Amino acid sequence: MIINHPLLGPCDAQEFTYKGDASLINRPDGMAEGAEGAFYDYAYLRDNPAGLHRELWFHEQGDRSWLVVTRNTVTHEITKVELARDVARNMGRST
Amino acid sequence: MRYSGFRVIKEALSGHKGWEPAWRTPEPKPHYDIVIIGGGGHGLATAYYLAKEFHQHKIAVIEKGWIGGGNVGRNTTIIRSNYLLDGNEPFYEFSLKLWEGLEQDFNYNAMVSQRGILNLIHSDAQRDAYIRRGNAMLLNGADAELLSLDQLRREYPFLNFNDARFPIKGGLAQRRGGTVRHDAVAWGYARGADSRGVDILQNCEVTGFRIENGQCKGVETSRGFIGAGKVGVAVAGNSTRVMAQAGMRLPIESHVLQAFVSEGLKPVLPGVITFGAGHFYCSQSDKGGLVFGGDIDGYNSYAQRGNLPVVEDVAEGGMALFPGLGRVRLLRMWGGVMDMSMDGSPIIDRTHIDGLYFNGGWCYGGFKATPASGWCFAHLLATDTPHPTATAYRFDRFARGRMIDEKGMGAQPNLH
Ligand SMILES: Cc1cc2nc3c(=O)[nH]c(=O)nc-3n(C[C@H](O)[C@H](O)[C@H](O)COP(=O)(O)OP(=O)(O)OC[C@H]3O[C@@H](n4cnc5c(N)ncnc54)[C@H](O)[C@@H]3O)c2cc1C
Repeated sequence: MIINHPLLGPCDAQEFTYKGDASLINRPDGMAEGAEGAFYDYAYLRDNPAGLHRELWFHEQGDRSWLVVTRNTVTHEITKVELARDVARNMGRST
Repeated sequence: MRYSGFRVIKEALSGHKGWEPAWRTPEPKPHYDIVIIGGGGHGLATAYYLAKEFHQHKIAVIEKGWIGGGNVGRNTTIIRSNYLLDGNEPFYEFSLKLWEGLEQDFNYNAMVSQRGILNLIHSDAQRDAYIRRGNAMLLNGADAELLSLDQLRREYPFLNFNDARFPIKGGLAQRRGGTVRHDAVAWGYARGADSRGVDILQNCEVTGFRIENGQCKGVETSRGFIGAGKVGVAVAGNSTRVMAQAGMRLPIESHVLQAFVSEGLKPVLPGVITFGAGHFYCSQSDKGGLVFGGDIDGYNSYAQRGNLPVVEDVAEGGMALFPGLGRVRLLRMWGGVMDMSMDGSPIIDRTHIDGLYFNGGWCYGGFKATPASGWCFAHLLATDTPHPTATAYRFDRFARGRMIDEKGMGAQPNLH
């Protein structure tokens, strides 16, 4: 698989480490009400869809950026690649 | 019809006209006491033991394709009980004991071959870990044997003992481990279940559950609604998709694992060997092909095929261990989709929906578990209590911090 890195262009997927579902960006607030249940969901449960999947890849042997890759789990086709930083910022996280 | 040597001779003399199909092709009935979803090894074994050991009646196995077309017919057929943790080892040893009597039990030649499995040791730390594992195995009534370098050189002279990076220092052997003809396991259980009245419904896909007031009443299928007193799900790599139809999210990711078979060779490999410093394991089939595999591809996948980097990684592991492999030509390779769980261990449990039971999360090691998984799932379905060897395989172990994590990797399925 080739991942089209937003900054570096096409890179072999082998340069990356795979983390999993991109919802792992949304770490729950440990101080909030119901944090225990929220952390259980966050740490252990997955949607695991057959079809489009947004997932985190770490460019370990490259620029060490985290990417959100949209990939089809049935065909392995990659349709979108974003910097995880941009995705998090668009959701209102940090500045 | 009972199979025997006598029967083969009798049929040979009468032109082989007396053989019957090994199982029927029945039409679905409107209602069964117990419906098992998934005609892989686990689903078929469950139905077989439900009928034979737990004396249940009116059972159906529902399979979307053909039985044996899933992982049970795609794996590298290794059986063993060399686990470390208490939650696992008694269960896998129970399974190995069932393998030992299986062919007599279901009257089918599954070519169970206890040719032994050898895990190689490449460092002093690894030797300590394997001694500990061997002791855990012995404590649970399994066999384990630490092999010295001299013994290894005698038994496996073709290994690359002096590899510069990963020299071989010894090995942990389980002589009772080995290989089994995988398709025959599906067929043997199917025939045994069918002959006890189980309906095996092929080309019948489950598309939904009928759940009323928290009670599962049956399944919607591509061949219409089928009512059920109890429903057991054993669909391996499709666990997430099927359980989503009951509104459940699982601690599971689906991943692809590849396997490889070489051209046929004269006997070269006496048993199963596994590389201790990388991901590579290999055995030789009775047809002569070297059957080998390695790591999972490592990303979520429902495609029954993998990518080339893992092919390269497996080939490198093989060459580091067994340089003679370089002269062998590869004949076939394929992939299977597995349900990788959050701690690398399976689940055999009830759900919060009455009458709905789940069996899954077998990762890349569920073939060896087939007999015990079937037996324990049948036990749960028939008695509503877990089998003593499967009490740890609960859904709530993650919430309660009681993971069964052999590798100590945490909630990261591609590392188990
Ligand atoms: C390449 C590879 C190598 C492996 N090597 C080993 C090994 O050496 N040793 C070992 O112990 N394990 C090994 N495994 C793991 C082992 O094969 C699996 O854990 C085990 O076979 C899974 O259980 P099963 O046989 O019931 O699965 P399957 O045979 O996959 O059965 C599940 C069935 O459910 C059906 N199904 C799915 N969805 C539906 C639906 N909606 N309706 C109806 N039916 C449905 C599928 O069609 C399938 O037939 C390997 C796996 C792979 C892929």
